[in-house]
Amino acid sequence: MTEPSVRVRGLNREFGDRRVLTDLDIDIQPGEFVALLGHSGCGKSTLLRILAGIDAEIEGVVEVPQRRAVAFQSPRLMPWKRVWRNVVLGLPGRPDRDLAIRYLDEVGLGGHGGVWPKTLSGGEAQRVSLARALVREPELLLLDEPFGALDALTRAKAQRLVIDLWRQHGCAVLFVTHDVEESLLLADRVLVMDEGRIAHEVTVDLPRPRDVGDPTFVALRGRLLGWLGVRDASARPDTTPAS
Amino acid sequence: MTRADPLAPPGPPSAVRRVTVEPERRRSGLTLPRAVRRTIGPVAFLLAWYVASATGALPPDVLASPVDVVSQAVQLTADGELTSAILTSGQRALTGFLLGGSIAVALALVAGLFRLGEDLIDATVGMIRTIPWVGLIPLFIIWFGIDETPKIALVALAVSFPLYFNLYGGIRAVDAQLIEAGRVLGLGRVGLIRHVILPGAVPGALVGLRYALGSAWLALVFGETVNATEGIGYLMNTAREFFQTDVIVVCLVVYAILGLISDFIVRLLGRYLLSWRSSFDGT
Repeated sequence: MTEPSVRVRGLNREFGDRRVLTDLDIDIQPGEFVALLGHSGCGKSTLLRILAGIDAEIEGVVEVPQRRAVAFQSPRLMPWKRVWRNVVLGLPGRPDRDLAIRYLDEVGLGGHGGVWPKTLSGGEAQRVSLARALVREPELLLLDEPFGALDALTRAKAQRLVIDLWRQHGCAVLFVTHDVEESLLLADRVLVMDEGRIAHEVTVDLPRPRDVGDPTFVALRGRLLGWLGVRDASARPDTTPAS
Repeated sequence: MTRADPLAPPGPPSAVRRVTVEPERRRSGLTLPRAVRRTIGPVAFLLAWYVASATGALPPDVLASPVDVVSQAVQLTADGELTSAILTSGQRALTGFLLGGSIAVALALVAGLFRLGEDLIDATVGMIRTIPWVGLIPLFIIWFGIDETPKIALVALAVSFPLYFNLYGGIRAVDAQLIEAGRVLGLGRVGLIRHVILPGAVPGALVGLRYALGSAWLALVFGETVNATEGIGYLMNTAREFFQTDVIVVCLVVYAILGLISDFIVRLLGRYLLSWRSSFDGT
């Protein structure tokens, strides 16, 4: 086995008296797509922020690739910078418009480089945010519920786009979500967080694009929902896991 | 009518009382364009003023007639007195504005960007602000004499408070999420200030600028009525001594126009600096 891209051992994070991450271990292989599931407030965004380097008040061992990029739940574009300038913001050297347009092209927005972010739709802004992450050629791409605020149709398109981009760039991805179906559609491996640690994990051995009606898919969904404490109403009794 | 049973399935709809939605008829007859309607009031006001003056109901030593005001304005412009007064006053306003503005911007940047600066500066400025600045005129005369300095100092003081508070507030109101995003994107301290914090503070700064310019003219009026030997305030003061109400009105109108012009300039500046805020793309 190759060296993991991300290696976390015994990670603890406390907010005052509240312990959000407890002795957490996690490994992510290079090029692996990992989804992180959990109830809101379970600490998954905290973990992502730690891996991103935004939050460093921690105990434990955290090893991450040097080149990381984040796309947040809201696109967080600077409204006073044209779209292309947002994409290359923070890169060393002079802002390179051609580079920005190349990455905007990848997310299907090559023609939108010169507009203000306020003129974009929610889905477009989120794609710009993806382009802004990818232009950094990250070895680890951290996605914090990036499609949480999108409508179902836009979301499905965005999910497909993420898979395409991941295949092209071959980076490791940590995708934080609370949507079980989304995690199963996208990830190689789904981790379920509970009480500040990785409580469960499941490998999704299905070819992409995946079919939500596939029996294996349904079974996995039932298992994940069970771990999250939600009954899967759409699962047939015979596919519900025994425990 | 039967009693409503919440569990019963919805039966056939009972008779619903309907009303017809009438299409709104456009009122015909005399409709004046809005711009014309809006001018009726001011025109009527001027007319009433004229009539009152012409009939002698309004004596000229109370208020000169609008005709006299206009001819006085023409007269003062022709002999160059008004122009030179405007230039003198404008120079005072500009000098004071630049002085007070630079002090305010410097203080707001230090207080807005650094925790230590905030602790040292913000409370101090807040304390000084509670002094009504017009009340400082006697002190300024003692300190700076009666020439240009106290007038400029007064303008500078009046300008600095609104500018300071709005710029400081604008810096502190920048979305923390954007700052975090900037940090994740690899911006250092200087980069964050340049690309995130300062652009984010521009809307607040422009509001401050508008208030500041308003205060600048106000401070100038106060400053110039005390011991001026030239400028619009001096023109007004000498006119007072000779009951030349027409000159006073001309000066008031000039102050108003100067205020309008400076406000217009800030609005233009805002349209340029904040073009990202509207959906208008600028092309």
